[in-house]
Amino acid sequence: MSGHSNYEPKTGFERWLDVRLPIVRLAYDSMVDFPTPKNLNYWWTFGGILAVCLAIQIVTGVVLAMHYVPHVDYAFASVERIMRDVNYGWLVRYMHANGASMFFIAVYIHIFRGLYYGSYKAPREVLWILGCVIYLLMMATAFMGYVLPWGQMSFHGAVVITNLFGALPVVGPSITTWLWGGFAVDDPTLNRFFSLHYLLPFMIAGVVILHIWALHVPGNNNPAGVNVKSKADTVPFHPYYTVKDGFAIAVFLIMFASFVFFNPNALGDAVNYVQANPLVTPAHIVPEWYFLPFYAILRAVPDKLMGVLLMFGAIAMLFILPWLDTSKVRSMRYRPTAKLYFLIFVVACLVLGFCGGKLPDAHVIPGLSTFTLIDADLNSMVWLSRVSALYYFAYFLVILPVLGLTETPLPQPESISEPVLSHSANAPAGAAASPEKRG
Amino acid sequence: MLRKTIALAALGLAFIAAPAMAASSQAEPKDVHWSFEGPFGKFDQAQLQRGYKVYREVCSACHSMNLMSFRNLGQKGGPFYDEKYKNPNDNPYVKSIAKDYQVNDIDSETGDVVQRPATSADRFPNPFPNEPAARASNGGALPPDLSTMAKAREGGPRYIYSLLTGYEEAPAGLTLPAGKHYNPYFPGDLSGSWAGPATKVPEGGAIGMPPPLAADKVTFDDGTKATLEQEAKDVAAFLTWASEPKMEERKSFGLAAMIYLLIFTGLLYASYKRIWRNVSH
Repeated sequence: MSGHSNYEPKTGFERWLDVRLPIVRLAYDSMVDFPTPKNLNYWWTFGGILAVCLAIQIVTGVVLAMHYVPHVDYAFASVERIMRDVNYGWLVRYMHANGASMFFIAVYIHIFRGLYYGSYKAPREVLWILGCVIYLLMMATAFMGYVLPWGQMSFHGAVVITNLFGALPVVGPSITTWLWGGFAVDDPTLNRFFSLHYLLPFMIAGVVILHIWALHVPGNNNPAGVNVKSKADTVPFHPYYTVKDGFAIAVFLIMFASFVFFNPNALGDAVNYVQANPLVTPAHIVPEWYFLPFYAILRAVPDKLMGVLLMFGAIAMLFILPWLDTSKVRSMRYRPTAKLYFLIFVVACLVLGFCGGKLPDAHVIPGLSTFTLIDADLNSMVWLSRVSALYYFAYFLVILPVLGLTETPLPQPESISEPVLSHSANAPAGAAASPEKRG
Repeated sequence: MLRKTIALAALGLAFIAAPAMAASSQAEPKDVHWSFEGPFGKFDQAQLQRGYKVYREVCSACHSMNLMSFRNLGQKGGPFYDEKYKNPNDNPYVKSIAKDYQVNDIDSETGDVVQRPATSADRFPNPFPNEPAARASNGGALPPDLSTMAKAREGGPRYIYSLLTGYEEAPAGLTLPAGKHYNPYFPGDLSGSWAGPATKVPEGGAIGMPPPLAADKVTFDDGTKATLEQEAKDVAAFLTWASEPKMEERKSFGLAAMIYLLIFTGLLYASYKRIWRNVSH
């Protein structure tokens, strides 16, 4: 999409088209000839995997929408009808339902990869922020999609989440009424969620195009984190990365298929196979697994408004991350201290997810009652959430800004092609790469 | 300042304690095994037929199955599927089952509500005309629809089996309201009816359904001895089929898809190794 093009139209038609709409040139430059660092590891295959996930969700979703009835009285039965009477409806619906989980597994790995290898740093800030926008849109889409089958968890999840906006001062109640289209989650809510659930994936697709565009301007980051210096550092995207991504996608699809065909309801909540009943609240309202870390942060805060703000703040951290991390070294391969803090960060996120699925005052160590600190026993999920949430925010607001100024990174390789030369233990001890000398 | 802190803490307590009050307990379902477990598992047609009989003669007195039609019984993988009748609507067994029920219809000449024998295309009739009627006949409790029961409860068929076979005498110290029955496998919170120590509240809940099954409650046509366990196991299998009637199709499709994907992945890996063989990275 930018820079020098090596495309040479071979047929008469291609030459004719190239001076009118150079779409073949665009595809050639971005998907065939695009110079890609040759040292990308398997963590880099998740971009391609995510593109496949989006395509699967859109195709299966369009088919489901042909059979789904967005009405509080018929939605639940129409989903079951898809499973029972529509030809291969069970396949389409289980692919779509599990596809959402697969999409989030892939996007979380993709985000953590970016965090570890510093893919958010200059000159890729816009690329990173576009990725954050996609993630936000994905969360909105997944939430509204989960409401559509109109099971018990669909309904009560929608009540809990839409009520969060009611915590905002002054405007809160009006916003909630506006979101609901009435005074409770009801038919108008279901209809607008269906409409938006159909719209947002196409907005995601649009932002994905921008995301890929923003990727193709500076080119890929890579595990070494140093800039591409010469042609020796790269290989053409096709066939080298089409085949590598293709292999990774196929492995991912095996994992996907093992859920769809042999354990289709493992990631869902059984209660959602009970039709929504506003008068009966499920014993334990939990969101889908991919929202659990944020749910834990929300519940960790005693004040509802603060909880909501912190929950959204947790995502906002990602948006401002490029300006929080002061280190000029991209890859944490050469930042041993940062690597340690990063691993703790991953653990904190997993612990938050774990806490989000438990009752807040459940014991972390079973059977052990300690003492009550402020409002809950110290040995409780709510305190574990608080400690983890504190680390989550400290990682962005304290650790990354301070560490970049105080740490001594390991020497970085001169280029992608010769990482071994400066990477080894022979390098003199004082040869720490100066942070100013980027790449 | 202090007042504010106390108010904040109280708010926090309320916020955190609210979901905790709904905490319920139940016993781990019994360890039973089924023919339809695992990636190759299939339903046992004889078991589905026995299970249907238990449903029809016992469960259906109170429980609806709104998503089921008689034709489903004769579709591929169903209890009465017969190779000779690919179209389940033509299955004579299904037709004769349907014929035993009377359903409401509208006379197309006069517009009057009339009764006619059900056909294969009709849904399983609801035992009660509406929810209040169902509650009135069941001491205020609503018998849940059983169409998706096996996937609507944690543990699925194991839960159903455990519940049906798990009725016990209420432990001393537990006083249940009239018409309620103690069942350790039913999720609930019995602390309110418990007189004993607060740390020893019995697991389980108070269920409105009296023990529905007992030995020889039904007579199986294939000569299988109708013990409580057998009836419970068969009806749990039937309900699992009713919840997932396409399970067998899904698993056999999945097997083919897996073989295809594994071969495809192997080819891609070989191509990857070959294309990258001359690149040092």
